[in-house]
Amino acid sequence: MTTTAPEDNRYARSHEYVHVDGNVGTIGITEYAQKELGDVVFIELPQVGAQLEATDELGSIESVKAVSELFAPVTGEVVEVNELLRDKPELVNTDPYGDGWMIRIKLSDPTEVDELMSAEEYEEYIETESGH
Amino acid sequence: MADENLKKTPLNALEKELGGKMVDFGGWELPVQFGGILEEHAAVRERVGIFDVSHMGELTVRGTGALDLLQRATCNDVSKLEDGRAQYNGLLYPTGGFVDDILIYRNSRDGYFVVVNASNSDKDYEWIADLAKGADVEVKNVSADYAQLALQGPNAEALLQPMTDVALAPIKYYRFGTGNVDGAPAIVSRTGYTGEDGFEIYVAPEHGPRIMKKLIDAGAVPCGLGARDTLRLEAKMALYGNDIDHSTTPIEADLGWIVKTEKGDFMGRDVLEREKAEGPRRKLVGFEMIDRGIGRHGYPIVDGGQEIGVVTSGTHSPTLKKAIGLAYLPLDKSAPGTEFQVLIRGKETRARVVPTPFYKRPK
Repeated sequence: MTTTAPEDNRYARSHEYVHVDGNVGTIGITEYAQKELGDVVFIELPQVGAQLEATDELGSIESVKAVSELFAPVTGEVVEVNELLRDKPELVNTDPYGDGWMIRIKLSDPTEVDELMSAEEYEEYIETESGH
Repeated sequence: MADENLKKTPLNALEKELGGKMVDFGGWELPVQFGGILEEHAAVRERVGIFDVSHMGELTVRGTGALDLLQRATCNDVSKLEDGRAQYNGLLYPTGGFVDDILIYRNSRDGYFVVVNASNSDKDYEWIADLAKGADVEVKNVSADYAQLALQGPNAEALLQPMTDVALAPIKYYRFGTGNVDGAPAIVSRTGYTGEDGFEIYVAPEHGPRIMKKLIDAGAVPCGLGARDTLRLEAKMALYGNDIDHSTTPIEADLGWIVKTEKGDFMGRDVLEREKAEGPRRKLVGFEMIDRGIGRHGYPIVDGGQEIGVVTSGTHSPTLKKAIGLAYLPLDKSAPGTEFQVLIRGKETRARVVPTPFYKRPK
């Protein structure tokens, strides 16, 4: 597995990452997830102001071959949505940890991220998930 | 994704070597993509791509009773075939529903080569062999004797010609020739499942990997099932199990052009005659999404809160850059321009009927 998950992110089992900066978490999907999905053509995201609970469905992502649900890894209020993805959903494929981010959430409980996986734990997790 | 229970084609090892992302496709381990569906799709529309379709089944039907048997079993007129020509046809139940959709190649008046869908090959063989009882005809399942490659795209002829002694230019659409491809005895037909010009090549399994590799070295882009699906859907070619099955007739599936009720008696003829005269209850139509979203296989279609139909295939069209699909709708809601709603994960999403095919290649 050549996926390298950035060390400073936290990871959910449903393949979303959170990058925490102060009390704001930037959420997207991982390199592994974008590879599994293939070419992304459409992403449905919540509106700014929406309240999300950890593990709530936050939206959906359509690739050419399938649709997948996106889940909120943490609880909080949506404070920003990546408008670039409306016209360039392929950014999720080309730069999932950078310009392909999806939403920013104001964290209700910053300690919640501790329950998510570290980069190392996530790498191990996808190793076992793709192994069968 | 290594599953020992999955069937493998002769190209399996090569596909893994090429980085194919392997999936379970009806019990076969096949690549869904290599580089990516969008780039593979574009390669076939603009240049040339190669697909492993060795999972498809092949039957031979031979004997003085062969023509009569095929005429009874199918809805198209097999007597119209000449040597060296192929025909798209429906193998039908007495109800008019599809056992399978098939290609029939005529070698001679008494010798036919029948190409069937992978997951149907045993069922088709048993069905035809059963109908053949008492007649002077021999039906054989020869699926294991062939690797099948589909070389598709505007550059297919230029790429293949240097590798074969079969003169390709005289082989028009839905015709075939026999000869050698890279030294291996082969059947080469100008057919395909992409809406693009191209060939399907049948060779003994051991020659498959070498020929595929040579075609790739010559410039063919390896393509997987993902691009095969987007390409065939743009060309509005039916997929058995999605758009057609035992419960749908060729008239409902908008395949009236393969229904020749005047040819004599055949399975399902009375049902199809009635549907031709009175109109079918429902019809397979093409649609495009008006709202954002993709209506996919199995999604219900609603109108005024009532469920009126179902999506059979749906995807993002890489050529048109919009969401397209096929759906069964009541006849009175099937005219182009008619709007309806697809229930996408509980949400009513607007779509409209459009003329098909979605894509037609420039001549």
